[in-house]
Amino acid sequence: MWKVIIRRLLIMIPQLFILSVMVFMLAKMMPGDPFGGLIGPNTDPKQIEALREAAGLNDPWWQQYINWIQNAFHGDFGMSYTMKQPVTTLIGSRMVNTFWLSLLAMILTYLLAIPMAISAARREGSWWDRVLLIYNSVTFGIPAYVVYLLFIFIFGFTLGWFPTGGTVSPSATGFFPVLMSKIYHMILPAVTMALLGTTAIFTYLRSGILDEQGQDYVKTARAKGVTENRVFSRHILRNALLPIAANFGFVITGLLGGAIFAETIFGYPGLGQLFITAITSRDYSVITALILFNGLLALFGAMLSDIIMAIVDPRIRIE
Amino acid sequence: MRKKLKIKENVGNGGLLKRTMIREFKKDSLARYSLYTLIGILLVVFIGALFIPRASYVDVNIIDQYLAPMTDGHILGTDNGGHDIIAMLLVSARNSLVIALAVTFITFVFGTILGTITAYYGGKVDMIIMRMTDFIMILPVLMIIIVLVTIVPKYNAGTLIILMSAFYWIGTMRLVRSRVLTESQRDYVKASKTSGTSDIKIMFREILPNITSLLIAEATLSFAGNIGLETGLSFLGFGLPAGTPSLGTMINEATNPETMTAMPWTWVPAAIVILIVVLSIIFVGQALRRVADQRQSV
Repeated sequence: MWKVIIRRLLIMIPQLFILSVMVFMLAKMMPGDPFGGLIGPNTDPKQIEALREAAGLNDPWWQQYINWIQNAFHGDFGMSYTMKQPVTTLIGSRMVNTFWLSLLAMILTYLLAIPMAISAARREGSWWDRVLLIYNSVTFGIPAYVVYLLFIFIFGFTLGWFPTGGTVSPSATGFFPVLMSKIYHMILPAVTMALLGTTAIFTYLRSGILDEQGQDYVKTARAKGVTENRVFSRHILRNALLPIAANFGFVITGLLGGAIFAETIFGYPGLGQLFITAITSRDYSVITALILFNGLLALFGAMLSDIIMAIVDPRIRIE
Repeated sequence: MRKKLKIKENVGNGGLLKRTMIREFKKDSLARYSLYTLIGILLVVFIGALFIPRASYVDVNIIDQYLAPMTDGHILGTDNGGHDIIAMLLVSARNSLVIALAVTFITFVFGTILGTITAYYGGKVDMIIMRMTDFIMILPVLMIIIVLVTIVPKYNAGTLIILMSAFYWIGTMRLVRSRVLTESQRDYVKASKTSGTSDIKIMFREILPNITSLLIAEATLSFAGNIGLETGLSFLGFGLPAGTPSLGTMINEATNPETMTAMPWTWVPAAIVILIVVLSIIFVGQALRRVADQRQSV
């Protein structure tokens, strides 16, 4: 198993390099430089030039790349021009919000999708199975942002059941009221995201169960006289859950990435909303950092998924 | 003799595909009504949009701003530029549909050709392309598209089509590749190879016709996805440029809580049109996918 893990880690090295070069190129393509805001009618162009020189903006591109990477390793992504604080601090504070919202949404998604898949697969071809299949193809295909808007319009603004923005109400004080208020603010976005997000888990698990049901080991177990419930929970379900377990790597890193549409529409100040605010105000240091961060999360998620798969499924280790 | 036989076989295949499709749509009433709805909407939108003069959705008329439905002959009211909502719906829906169609077409042509060639020849090129697509697939694509939209000079609708296509051909390519791989192992391909048929002919005249039904189904579903993507980008303000309204631009009115609650007629109709169009496409696509599965199992 260690061999698999080490080989997987080695693949990461070129991927990280390509990702960093890509994000650097993207950053260089963005117009303007940190001193653009200083230019006024009375500024001496030579002064700006001196500042640029001192900041290394006139160096050859590979020199600039090395400087950039060194700063990135130290967690230094510069300052946000519009929000006047270090990019790292800004991202850190928003990441906490994104994490809790995504965690709640993820838990709800699993709670919905797993029972749906099991009940559909156990009655394959029934009307219930068909209803769930249609539900999951619909929620997968329709643009999520339209549903988010309709939900916040109906349940947030019109019926007033849920708050329409923020993470906590300003009137809440004390540990417990603040906690309750935070959860209350997350319910509508999290439930909506979960309702629309079941498709991948549902499809994998349902077809997994159907595939395993016909396998020889299931027949053997039944022939031994194992009860039907035990065959299902101990034999079929265990194997069918493997691909879901593997997907967990992506899910864990996805918790930190931020949801652009959901956070923007539900007015939830997480990383997705930060990205849209930053790009609207052309705050390029924040944008660069966010893209690099999301790219890194995706790479680590893919690696984690492969490693988890190698741990839970011994058949993969042989390869 | 061989040539004659093949022509006959091709004709037979096309007829069979059509018959299977008709049978599937007769059986599945949801798919049938979705197809009728879709055809109806396409006709109304593409013919109706012809009669809307450009000035009526580009020029801003502040006096008529945010008129409620049924006032001054505006059946669904007006938006913040004083444009009639029905006229906006027709033009926006046409723009959104054309963009999504163009992206679907480009990604499928490009993805199919590349997927077929890499799968058929295999080897190093195949491996390198697969590694590349593995990598691109996990990137934060939406974020990158939004950034590119903001930094591309002389941005217009064509640029948006290219940017979207540049990232979304990968799905098609991988799907086609996996199907062509299994298809290449079949006896008829081996037989053609031994009898000296050229590679190009085997790929595009023999293998591809066998996966056409699958491609049609997947292209339909991807069309729905592209509508969602374009309107989503336009909703955020990073899609179609000003002057080219999209259903997403109309829904963008809802980003202001006051407009969202007090003037729902500005954005709800566009949201409903998107949902109806996308749902119809999904149901038609599901039926087409079942047709493709049946043909696979034959």
